[in-house]
Amino acid sequence: MKQAAIVSCVLLAGLLSGCTGAQSALDPRGPAATDLLHIILVFVFVCTSVFFLVMGALVWSLLRKPSREDSEGAQERQISVVVTVAILSTAAIIVLLTVVSFTSDRFPEYKEASSAAILVRGEQWWWRFDYDGDDSSLGFQTANELHIPVGQDVRLRLQATDVIHSFWVPSLAGKQDLVPGRDNTITLHAERSGIYRGQCAEFCGLQHAHMALEVVAQEPEAYRQWLDSQRRSAVVSEDAAIVAGRDVFMRKPCAACHTIRGTEAKGTSGPDLTHVASRRMLAAGVLQNSAGSLAAWIADPQTIKPGNNMPLVPMTSEELRQVTAFLETLR
Amino acid sequence: MNSSSTAQVLDVEVEREELEPRLRRTWQSGKGIWGALTTVDHKIIARRYIVTAFVFLALGGVLALIMRVQLAFPEARFLSADRYNQIFTTHGSNMMFLFAVPVMEAMGVYLVPLMVGTRNIAFPRLNAFSYWIFLAGGLVLWIAVALDAAPDVGWFAYVPLSGPEYGAGKRADIWAQMITFTELSALAVAVEIVVTVFKQRAPGMSLDRIPVFVWSMLVTSFLVIIAMPAIMFASSSLILDRLVGTHFYNPAERGDVLLWQHLFWFFGHPEVYIIFLPAVGMVSAMISPFSQRPVFGYLALVMALIATGLLSFGLWVHHMFVAGLPPSGSSFFTASSMAIAIPAGTQIFCFLATLWSGRPIFKTPMLFVIGFLITFVMGGMTGVMVASVPLDTQVHDTYFVVAHFHYVLVGGAVFPLVGAIYYWFPKMTGRMMSEKLGRIVFGLIFAGFHLTFFPMHILGLAGMPRRVYTYPPELPWSGMNLFVSVSAFVLAAGFGLFFIDAIRSLRSGKVAGPNPWNCASLEWATASPPPPYNFARIPVVQSRDPLWRASSELPVATGLRVDRRELVVSSVVAAEPEARESSPADSIWPLVAALATTVMLIGSMFSAWAVVWGAVPIAIALTCWFWPKRTPEDES
Repeated sequence: MKQAAIVSCVLLAGLLSGCTGAQSALDPRGPAATDLLHIILVFVFVCTSVFFLVMGALVWSLLRKPSREDSEGAQERQISVVVTVAILSTAAIIVLLTVVSFTSDRFPEYKEASSAAILVRGEQWWWRFDYDGDDSSLGFQTANELHIPVGQDVRLRLQATDVIHSFWVPSLAGKQDLVPGRDNTITLHAERSGIYRGQCAEFCGLQHAHMALEVVAQEPEAYRQWLDSQRRSAVVSEDAAIVAGRDVFMRKPCAACHTIRGTEAKGTSGPDLTHVASRRMLAAGVLQNSAGSLAAWIADPQTIKPGNNMPLVPMTSEELRQVTAFLETLR
Repeated sequence: MNSSSTAQVLDVEVEREELEPRLRRTWQSGKGIWGALTTVDHKIIARRYIVTAFVFLALGGVLALIMRVQLAFPEARFLSADRYNQIFTTHGSNMMFLFAVPVMEAMGVYLVPLMVGTRNIAFPRLNAFSYWIFLAGGLVLWIAVALDAAPDVGWFAYVPLSGPEYGAGKRADIWAQMITFTELSALAVAVEIVVTVFKQRAPGMSLDRIPVFVWSMLVTSFLVIIAMPAIMFASSSLILDRLVGTHFYNPAERGDVLLWQHLFWFFGHPEVYIIFLPAVGMVSAMISPFSQRPVFGYLALVMALIATGLLSFGLWVHHMFVAGLPPSGSSFFTASSMAIAIPAGTQIFCFLATLWSGRPIFKTPMLFVIGFLITFVMGGMTGVMVASVPLDTQVHDTYFVVAHFHYVLVGGAVFPLVGAIYYWFPKMTGRMMSEKLGRIVFGLIFAGFHLTFFPMHILGLAGMPRRVYTYPPELPWSGMNLFVSVSAFVLAAGFGLFFIDAIRSLRSGKVAGPNPWNCASLEWATASPPPPYNFARIPVVQSRDPLWRASSELPVATGLRVDRRELVVSSVVAAEPEARESSPADSIWPLVAALATTVMLIGSMFSAWAVVWGAVPIAIALTCWFWPKRTPEDES
């Protein structure tokens, strides 16, 4: 026990110094996650105190020298009183913690508000985000990278298209499941701009481990600019190499699964690629987005993320280079 | 008990030195393989059960080590995603269904008849059947592992992932039918234990004199009887969805995905107490001789057992706090989940009071009791945390929960179990386990356990989800994962040494004698190991601690026949002797029935019609099993 406590302290210290804004309930960056951390700390404090009290009683019981003078009956009565008091205190602590848990769960103001609704859909093994415009022409779709404005409550509608997933960005809020046939919601609120990692928390099959997302919280102005850029259709340059890449994309099965608005690619089973080059990551957090990793991903998706739904599409190296160059222009 | 007729041979009519050989002839199982296959002796069956369950523990432990090797480093390629998912599913299913529940029931099958002073368990042939069915279920799962076709949907097998659309191949079917096998055997044992406790107690063992362990097995058996039908319906409806195209869980056809979770956890939460309550009974049994006093608060402990059993059916929804259920429902389940801390606390305080007012002897079983107290209290504390809805939204499905349930299951149940093996090993085998090795085993298991699982609390809070086969190097989890993986081998070394100690002691341990620890309950009133008939004469109980309070020699009841298997049936409350009843003789039919059931269940993974044609051999086997023999009526 003692060694475990020491080790855990060392580990905790190492951990707290090591993590900065990554993916941690101990590192809240929004009101919901901050409230949750406070509850965690209250519970940890109360429970640790109780634990050490009980352990103190255990050590005392084991080490004390029993005096034989006490009459048996008197001693038993004495212990009965102590045990009864202990049970009643347990009950009191339990009631206290239940009330704490209840009040903090039911009356936080950030659960009430709602602004722009974004539809989040979990799919095996990536995230589809639908941004509604005020009219349908302003809407667009993106994947694995959720942009939100800083300082606002953003309400997300959560749906699953295949199996159950769970949306979890611990630095911003607790998790919420995406359940087929049901509509759940969650509210995000980031206090500062930054990038917060999250990942699917409910086991959803083969590549559950590689179903990450990033929430990019931006100042309202930058957010508006991002919205505008995402709403635009893709512009294909006149450059012959880029046009050749587009033709490869359309000729090969790529276009059957992916949409690139402004072209004839209208597939919907895979992520929308209209602005794929503007994203930070590929394949739900598996690769940093760069020309090299994009080419690697197209060339052999099944080695990089085994079992995912993107098939290996045979291409010559020339075709691969062209299609990568084309996708790189989709900013 | 006084009636007799000339054709019978009563124990009062034979000479003292003649009695035991004649009882032995009547009760002994046959020799050789045939005898092994037909035996209905609860001790032989329980021993097999225990050994088999420990083999599954070792196999499940190996899987855990394999997972820890994979997780020691980020983006490791030691296992593929597919293998890892099979392994964590098998580890969980194996530990819950093939180790924890069966081993607790097996301890009950061995000890309950001895503790209540009877000669065999009720329905001994059903008992034999339940073992064979359990073994078959275990083999089905492990053969699937060997064939790289093990279930990969988690031990909870959530739909739609395990449903017809997303659960490819036969993997989910294997999971569902493995569940059916183990439920069947668990239900059978539960019924036997309830009847044994209610109707076969030694004369004078009124309800308030039943050992706490027997109470715990009784409450556990009721939990099994109430909880198992839910999972039985769940696994059967899953098979139907997969095989016959019903739509219980298909939202497109107005089925409900969350229905599965309600059914599964309505069983799954009581399941935890099915494992934990027998452990409380074991601690109660061990703490008394090693504190040299009766356990404090008998009534409070029994009431706490019953209260835990009742409450355990009111908190399943705390597994579903983030599924999007109405908040008022969640609040109710927060309150009920926290409330279970009250009976659990009561048990802990009674144990502490026993230690405080006793004179502790630090033998190996006692060390495990102390390890239990420390570890289980910690697990209880994190249990209170996960019962809180807001807190749970952060820690649910993370390593925090992995840490929590290993604290309550390993700390709360496996520590007492290992202690119980050290404690009852001399009774079961006639030889003591090594005290010296026992201390090392305890040290390794205790230290290894905490070093392995404590850091997981922090990993979970730091954002590491469960059931991931790997994690990216950018996240600050690698150091702690490596530490956990290394510690896991310390824990494994402890269990390895435990197995070595057990096997060695079996051959060369010190000879134990009937009551090596100076205990008070009835199983210590007979030889070690007990003869096939358990007691030459049925003891009469006059107090809660019969072997401590008996002034000179334990009083006994007489009047049972020695020329056929007979035992005393007594009244439920006061245990007044009511009748002599014959106890079934050895039979091959339980094995045949189990084989027929196995064929039917395996067939049903492939075709629904297997249930129809598979029922024919089962019906034949059962008919032979229950074919009336012309035995004289039981007498009052």
